[in-house]
Amino acid sequence: MNDRFPDGLREMLAQVTGDGDLPWRALLKPGDWLLLVCAAALVAASYPLLWRGGVADRAIVKRDGQLVTELALNVARKYEVTGAIGTTVIEVQPGRARVLSDPGPRQYCVQQGWLTRANAVAICAPNHVTLQLAGRGGKNSSYDTLNY
Amino acid sequence: MTPSTIELPVTADDYRIARYAAAAIALTVAEAALPSPLPGIKPGLANIIVLVVLVRYGWRDAAWVSLLRVVAGSLVIGQFLAPGFFLALAGALCSLGVLALAQHLPARLFGPVSVSVLAAFAHIGGQIVLARAWLVPHDGVFYLLPLFATAALFFGTINGLVAARLLAVPVAPPPSAKAAA
Repeated sequence: MNDRFPDGLREMLAQVTGDGDLPWRALLKPGDWLLLVCAAALVAASYPLLWRGGVADRAIVKRDGQLVTELALNVARKYEVTGAIGTTVIEVQPGRARVLSDPGPRQYCVQQGWLTRANAVAICAPNHVTLQLAGRGGKNSSYDTLNY
Repeated sequence: MTPSTIELPVTADDYRIARYAAAAIALTVAEAALPSPLPGIKPGLANIIVLVVLVRYGWRDAAWVSLLRVVAGSLVIGQFLAPGFFLALAGALCSLGVLALAQHLPARLFGPVSVSVLAAFAHIGGQIVLARAWLVPHDGVFYLLPLFATAALFFGTINGLVAARLLAVPVAPPPSAKAAA
């Protein structure tokens, strides 16, 4: 079995398995500990830093491309927009928003369900109404779900 | 009529590099069989060999082993010139760049673990920059960065510990002398 490994690897395996106990802790020098702690802190900090951008804080409702209203995503409420063929009902809850009902024949924007991330869009084309979430303008602000 | 043969002079250095590269390629192939939760998250066991070579024989040998590993390893697992190959190459080049600097860290304070962790971060950095520039031209790839960084820290530490363990054992006879004889 052992001779299936290439020479270098076999020697190394022999070294590691053959030699007695050497505690792992002895292999870390003070600088290593320092670097590991710093690296762990950086990695931990990268989570909120890079994942916060997607949090939405307001819903933008437009009709024919014109801004109708902006709803803050911190209180639950319903909002009615009158569009080209009827009334679209937008429902807002803390942190999310959806199209509750729409007169359009295929109900795409209703079936899309809750929108939670910044730049997510639900478009009720027959009624000329769009619902879009907006965040705090991170570096992705020029992208919306249509770009995926 | 005998076909003329071309003999390339093979030095002890060549043997040594080839032996270590073979070990690194073996680890690459073994690792390719492991399932990965996310493309790009791999232990990078071959980097243990690169670290050992760096400490024992210097940066030039480490660069040879690392690049031979990327090219020959990708040939063996059928990834040569596939996107994964270029990602691996970008990672290897970046981490070699960092290794060139990190080997000058004061040896009294910093061991192979530091070097390994720094190289792992460089590896993932090179890969994600290439992925952003070429494969996924969208900032969305950076959403994966925290996961990649976590994996780099974890596997970088493990690989560094293994390399430190290997380096703690003195080389009994210099393997190159035996091979060249």
